[in-house]
Amino acid sequence: MNRLFSFFQDRHAGLGSILLLAIVLMVVMPLVFDIYRLNLAGRYLTYAFVALGLVLCWGYGGILSLGQGIFFGIGGYAMAMFLKIEASDPESTSIQTTPGIPDFMDWNRITELPWFWVPFNSLTFTIIAVLVLPAAFAFLIGFAMFKRRVSGVYFAIITQALAVVLTILIIGQQGYTGGINGITDLRTLMGWDIRDDSARYLLYYLNAVLLIGCLLIGRWVLNCKYGRILTALRDKEERVRFSGYDVANFKVFIFCLAAFISGIGGAMFTLQVGFMSPSFIGIVPSIEFVIFAAVGGRLSLVGGVYGALLVSFAKTMFAEAYPQLWQFLIGAVFILVVLVLPYGLASIYGRFGHRMRTPFERWLGDRKARSSASSGGFQEPLQEKRP
Amino acid sequence: MSSNTNFLLSIENLTVSFDGFKAIEGLNLYMDESELRVIIGPNGAGKTTLLDMICGKTRASEGSIKFRGKELTRMREHRIVWEGVGRKFQTPSIYEELSVFDNLEASYPRGRSVFGALAFKRDEEVLLRINEVAKEIQLETRLDESAGLLSHGQKQWLEIGMLLIQDPELLMLDEPVAGMSVSEREETAHLLRKIAKGRSVIVIEHDMEFVASLGGKVTVLHQGKILAEGDMQTLKQDQRVIDVYLGH
Repeated sequence: MNRLFSFFQDRHAGLGSILLLAIVLMVVMPLVFDIYRLNLAGRYLTYAFVALGLVLCWGYGGILSLGQGIFFGIGGYAMAMFLKIEASDPESTSIQTTPGIPDFMDWNRITELPWFWVPFNSLTFTIIAVLVLPAAFAFLIGFAMFKRRVSGVYFAIITQALAVVLTILIIGQQGYTGGINGITDLRTLMGWDIRDDSARYLLYYLNAVLLIGCLLIGRWVLNCKYGRILTALRDKEERVRFSGYDVANFKVFIFCLAAFISGIGGAMFTLQVGFMSPSFIGIVPSIEFVIFAAVGGRLSLVGGVYGALLVSFAKTMFAEAYPQLWQFLIGAVFILVVLVLPYGLASIYGRFGHRMRTPFERWLGDRKARSSASSGGFQEPLQEKRP
Repeated sequence: MSSNTNFLLSIENLTVSFDGFKAIEGLNLYMDESELRVIIGPNGAGKTTLLDMICGKTRASEGSIKFRGKELTRMREHRIVWEGVGRKFQTPSIYEELSVFDNLEASYPRGRSVFGALAFKRDEEVLLRINEVAKEIQLETRLDESAGLLSHGQKQWLEIGMLLIQDPELLMLDEPVAGMSVSEREETAHLLRKIAKGRSVIVIEHDMEFVASLGGKVTVLHQGKILAEGDMQTLKQDQRVIDVYLGH
């Protein structure tokens, strides 16, 4: 029983809790939801990628990024560019002045596919771009900042500024990017209609599988020595540095990993929703991603996923009824979580689980099991650290 | 002055100024292999600054620090550690949220790069070494506990243990017994004497009894300069030392 328990709540995310999540995502939700709701859930699960990245780099690495929308956006736009080129074949765009280029380019009197769009003719290139570009961009930002020892709130502000810059750039370069409307009207992937129900089911499952894959990567990273060094440098950076580690490299890596995971989420978003726009890059979505991680629990990998799902569903339901009040409510939820539950919903699970375990152990009277359970259970950090 | 490469550590004409204030000025200090050196001096004498400069935390304005003939003043911090210089901070710097075992493992001198740390395996060698060091610092029964639950003295020992794991050639300890009980002090002195075998140690300390119990050569710092050097007995008679430090 104890072993079963620690299977479900290992230090960061037990294999059991990942398995449970996999069942929820792949069995329960498809059975309970109709395809409209399932597609909506799939969309929220793409945010879960970003939340998962934030659990890694913020929760464990202490690096608060308020610009994760950048990486979600890069992944999403890369995918959108491919789909848009496919949707803009000369036949379906024959009414344009220049057929064969995306419609918004034609509206902006561009007569030729810009050079940086050309490689996105290839699906292989697009997939590589989705996987590499966000991490590469994160590497540039991370390397420039962490080597100069920019950290904490300064780092957060700079990432937020970068998110704004990217949004403004995309909106301003309407002819190349689709501007504020984004890249819309995406229909097929290699001739396969991504808007019909069977495609939506398939994409939902692909999304879930990729998410579980990313969770496993995150779990592996946290469970090896790297993960412990990461936690160590969050709390005592100087000690780590003077133990012979190049701290900046450790930070760059986790920031890149978070960006990589976010980029996959962005690409899956474009595929499931059928468009990509700057409204998923800027300050508001970037902060929402942080809220997902905070509500779910920033020290719990699966917590980030549940946080993204719950907050997003709440937003949809609440915003439909009272659109103006939503921002206040989400703000209140965030403050409440920070004050009452600094480690999010996952810590409730941890406390509840602990209470459940103790009488059982007393009854069992097995000292050995107790000691093994105490090292395996969810451990709330001893001291509260400022994010 | 030419540097003598027979010394383990040779510090020459070392100067650092913070906005014109010279915390260390024209300091020369030489240490032999396997030497235990105690640095004493009044507050603001530049003791901690000196350690900061050796380990690269503070950069020299002038002068040189050579460790085994290698210049440390422009080397990056983690490289200095790789050369074999270990530093214990004044307040216990341990990772409270990790277990004692993980704390020791975090200092194990393998897997220090990102990918090295990802590929790091807890093999027999690592386990043996950690157990060995844990025994030395008397924490072998508490390896699985969270380091935050240790007492103040045990935290200090744990940090010393984290340095021992690195097996440095030069170990620098900044007030290792501050805030310790009498019995803890005795045990720490015992531990330090044991550690000092086979490596060089610099200890900064205020507690005169503790300094005397360590033995070894003592350097008195005053206003960023060396005031006197010698064994404790001689220094106790030195009028200048009595005036600036021992007198009050």
